Amino acid sequence: MPHRLYRDMQVAMNKKRNDLILLLSIVLVTALVLIVFHFLKTDGATVTVTKNGEKYATYPLMQDAEIKLSGAQGHATLIIEDGQAYIKDASCSDKLCIKQGKINKNGETIVCLPNKLVITVNSDDDPAVIS
Amino acid sequence: MPKKVSLMGLCLAAAMLLSYVETLIPPLVAFPGIKAGLANIVVIFALWRFGFKEASLISFSRIILCTLIFGNFVSFWYSLCGATLSLIVMALLKKTEKFSVIGVSIAGGVMHNVGQILIAIFILGSRAVLSFLPALIIFGAVSGVAIGTLSALLIKKLEKTKFY
Ligand SMILES: [Zn+2]
Repeated sequence: MPHRLYRDMQVAMNKKRNDLILLLSIVLVTALVLIVFHFLKTDGATVTVTKNGEKYATYPLMQDAEIKLSGAQGHATLIIEDGQAYIKDASCSDKLCIKQGKINKNGETIVCLPNKLVITVNSDDDPAVIS
Repeated sequence: MPKKVSLMGLCLAAAMLLSYVETLIPPLVAFPGIKAGLANIVVIFALWRFGFKEASLISFSRIILCTLIFGNFVSFWYSLCGATLSLIVMALLKKTEKFSVIGVSIAGGVMHNVGQILIAIFILGSRAVLSFLPALIIFGAVSGVAIGTLSALLIKKLEKTKFY
């Protein structure tokens, strides 16, 4: 039945087209959001450490520091240096927190799932600047 | 009926093997728990071959068994939440009959990562993890294309094979 074959082909082509629309809209919308957020990003003033879902401490980004954190699985060393924060070493199982690199813009985050640690940059107006 | 059960068992074994293979591949994104979801190939195959119930059974059995063998309790919740959300959305999208296997898989890949972020917000008690969402959505969509292509191939190859 050639007519039916033709119709099946039409249906398959429509599905392929919808797939493409779905993929492109997901990627484009997300990329747009990423770009907009990138330009809206402002330099942060502090880093907040959340441990196990509770706010643990806040440190000013302006002041270099080496902070030993203990998480659910062991320790992690948070370094604040030149206005940026990063994890230098950690005893967690996946070490992905180290791989997430340096953060210094508002909202930027380092997560360590095994240690249940979240480190976020904020714009707190009262960074405890010690001169 | 017994043959259907044995094919489902085969699917489960294949899904577990793929999960294991995936643990050997270094993570592509620096957010924990995010993988390409190779086991999803089998879940999508089961969704087409059997249906939603059977695909869920295979998916959840895989998560439980993999957790017992080489996972941990934390990864269990992430997998469970990602897989549930992904499976529900895939089943709904398949039902519309507007998308091919690849389109369904794209949505599945995205929702898998969205589910993991949602549970991360809950477990970590911080909305800050949302900043990872855009990257994970794009990663999920792209891996969905790859997984969907493989699944479509598998479904087509085994279409004519009479297992039962
Ligand atoms: Zn870590």
